[in-house]
Amino acid sequence: MATVDIRNVRKSYGQVEAIKGIDVAVRDGEFLVLLGPSGCGKSTLLRMVAGLESITGGEIAIGGRVVNELDPKDRDIAMVFQNYALYPHMTVFDNMAYGLKIRGIPKPEIQTRVAKAAEILELGRFLDRRPSQLSGGQRQRVAMGRAIVREPSAFLFDEPLSNLDAKLRTQMRVEIKRLQDRLGITSLYVTHDQVEAMTLADRILVMNHGVAEQIGTPLEVYQRPESLFVAGFIGSPPMNVLDARFDADGRAVAMPGGAVLPLDRPRPADAGRAVKLGIRPEHLALDAAPGASSILVELVEALGADTVVYGRLPDGESLVIRMAGLPSCREGDRLAVAPQPGALHFFDATTGRRLGEAA
Amino acid sequence: MQRRVIFDNKLLPYLLLAPQVAVTLVFFIWPAAQAIWQSVHIQDAFGLRSEFVWFENFQVVLSDPNYVGTVKTTAIFSVAVTALSLGVALLLAVLADSKIKGARAYKTLLIWPYALAPAVAAVLWMFIFNPEIGSLGRLLNRLGYDWDYRLNGDQALTMVVLAASWKQVSYNFIFFLAGLQAIPRSVMEAASIDGAGPARRFWSITFPLLSPTTFFLLVVDMVYAFFETFGTIHALTQGGPGKATETLIFRVYQDGVVNNDLGGSSAQSVILMVIVIALTAVQFRFVERKVHYA
Repeated sequence: MATVDIRNVRKSYGQVEAIKGIDVAVRDGEFLVLLGPSGCGKSTLLRMVAGLESITGGEIAIGGRVVNELDPKDRDIAMVFQNYALYPHMTVFDNMAYGLKIRGIPKPEIQTRVAKAAEILELGRFLDRRPSQLSGGQRQRVAMGRAIVREPSAFLFDEPLSNLDAKLRTQMRVEIKRLQDRLGITSLYVTHDQVEAMTLADRILVMNHGVAEQIGTPLEVYQRPESLFVAGFIGSPPMNVLDARFDADGRAVAMPGGAVLPLDRPRPADAGRAVKLGIRPEHLALDAAPGASSILVELVEALGADTVVYGRLPDGESLVIRMAGLPSCREGDRLAVAPQPGALHFFDATTGRRLGEAA
Repeated sequence: MQRRVIFDNKLLPYLLLAPQVAVTLVFFIWPAAQAIWQSVHIQDAFGLRSEFVWFENFQVVLSDPNYVGTVKTTAIFSVAVTALSLGVALLLAVLADSKIKGARAYKTLLIWPYALAPAVAAVLWMFIFNPEIGSLGRLLNRLGYDWDYRLNGDQALTMVVLAASWKQVSYNFIFFLAGLQAIPRSVMEAASIDGAGPARRFWSITFPLLSPTTFFLLVVDMVYAFFETFGTIHALTQGGPGKATETLIFRVYQDGVVNNDLGGSSAQSVILMVIVIALTAVQFRFVERKVHYA
């Protein structure tokens, strides 16, 4: 068990800066998810923690010990790879025991440790098999087992569920969560899947273009996205973002298409300012309240538990609404929709950063 | 999920196979049959008549003490060529597989020797090892080492082993490199996180994962050393000095083409064929068991 401290870490490939100074302190036993689109640098960051990539600048400390110059084997970490990276020529038992053998752990203890991990992961029946004789989910579990038996200071997961089908992914996600709760080992988990991030994380580090856009608990990230990028990346369907403008005294906001939405808390400081207005699809309701916008329904997706309506505002901007239950409208309908009170997010029109709350 | 292709036309499959079968018949089965046929006959000096003699040719060949010597030379030669060309190629492939500057140029250069004709390669080696005009040969002599492969049999054997191995290194290198590149990088990374240093990673991960390649090359190199090194030996030493570099295949040529003993030469090729078939069978039977096919 240990903390993982990432201090102003940078990574450059020649002229290209892939990671532009990331700071995060992972607490002992914490589950931190690195979330972002492909190419955002999240895997690179994880690999730098593992020691598989050199660190261009800054410092990484595991358990208070700076590991910048240490080999992967000396960092006391275990890693689970996307393609499992099992040793194809070894049995399941040998795959899990390999790291222990190298570290000179006595045979009886290797036996007990592997047996214990196999029991936790329900791999007992497969110990004599080769990876090629296992299903994807079983291979994934062997990879987890190989990490567990080492009893490391930290687990590193590099998109471990990406190669599984949807159903298995959900199942393994739950297993990983249970396992981490049970073992309490500090974990860094890379994914591009927001559902994995929301369900697994104690905290999420949202990355984009090598920059940490936001670090926070899943609900913080969902409820108070710090930037347009985070707002758009978390939530499905993503947040609606509209060009809007506060009126002259900061008591209302003019929506595209003409509607004027009164604010429940006036923002005199921002009077007259053009902003990006964010509204989550689930925070829009069919409502003819003052300030409601009129939309033309273009597409209705009935998902069973809820319904997603794709509509268009009078000026042509699109708006997505997510409603509980079965559809109550159909394509071609005109609807009046209004956001729930207090559900508006404002972002700077140029920088995309969240605007402070109204005083 | 293997699907069998079903032909409606009964004749078509045979027609499609015919070219391959024809090539095998004309270039392999027919000469082999001829060799067997001739190995049990003795021709007169002018090649006008031949007489069926049962296994007399084999008796003559096998009771010739020189022949036993040739078998020994061949054994040393082929084991040395196989080991050397496999070892050097593996080393070079491992080096080329790591991240180095100019890796592409390096790889291309390593493949070149394979494109050289044996005779040309032999001339190159002569320019190196000839005691009078060869750069290394002259240097050795100037340093006081008595180097002349035309007189010293061991030196001659060493040189043909080097030359024959050198030509096969390129071929092995290509396969080893492809084999290395087929090993997922993450597997090696997992091993280094598991605590394995470079040497341990090589012996416990890389080498076992390369074993299908190594086994294939072992068989190919053995056959190469037995049959295809004729050109190199012919151009460099003609089997000499004495019989120091005379391998089985060279003797087949010597007795059959130069000494006009078709029956004896044929008997030798039949023996050679049996040896190589037996060796290959042994390799498949015993060595392949240690191979891990992923």
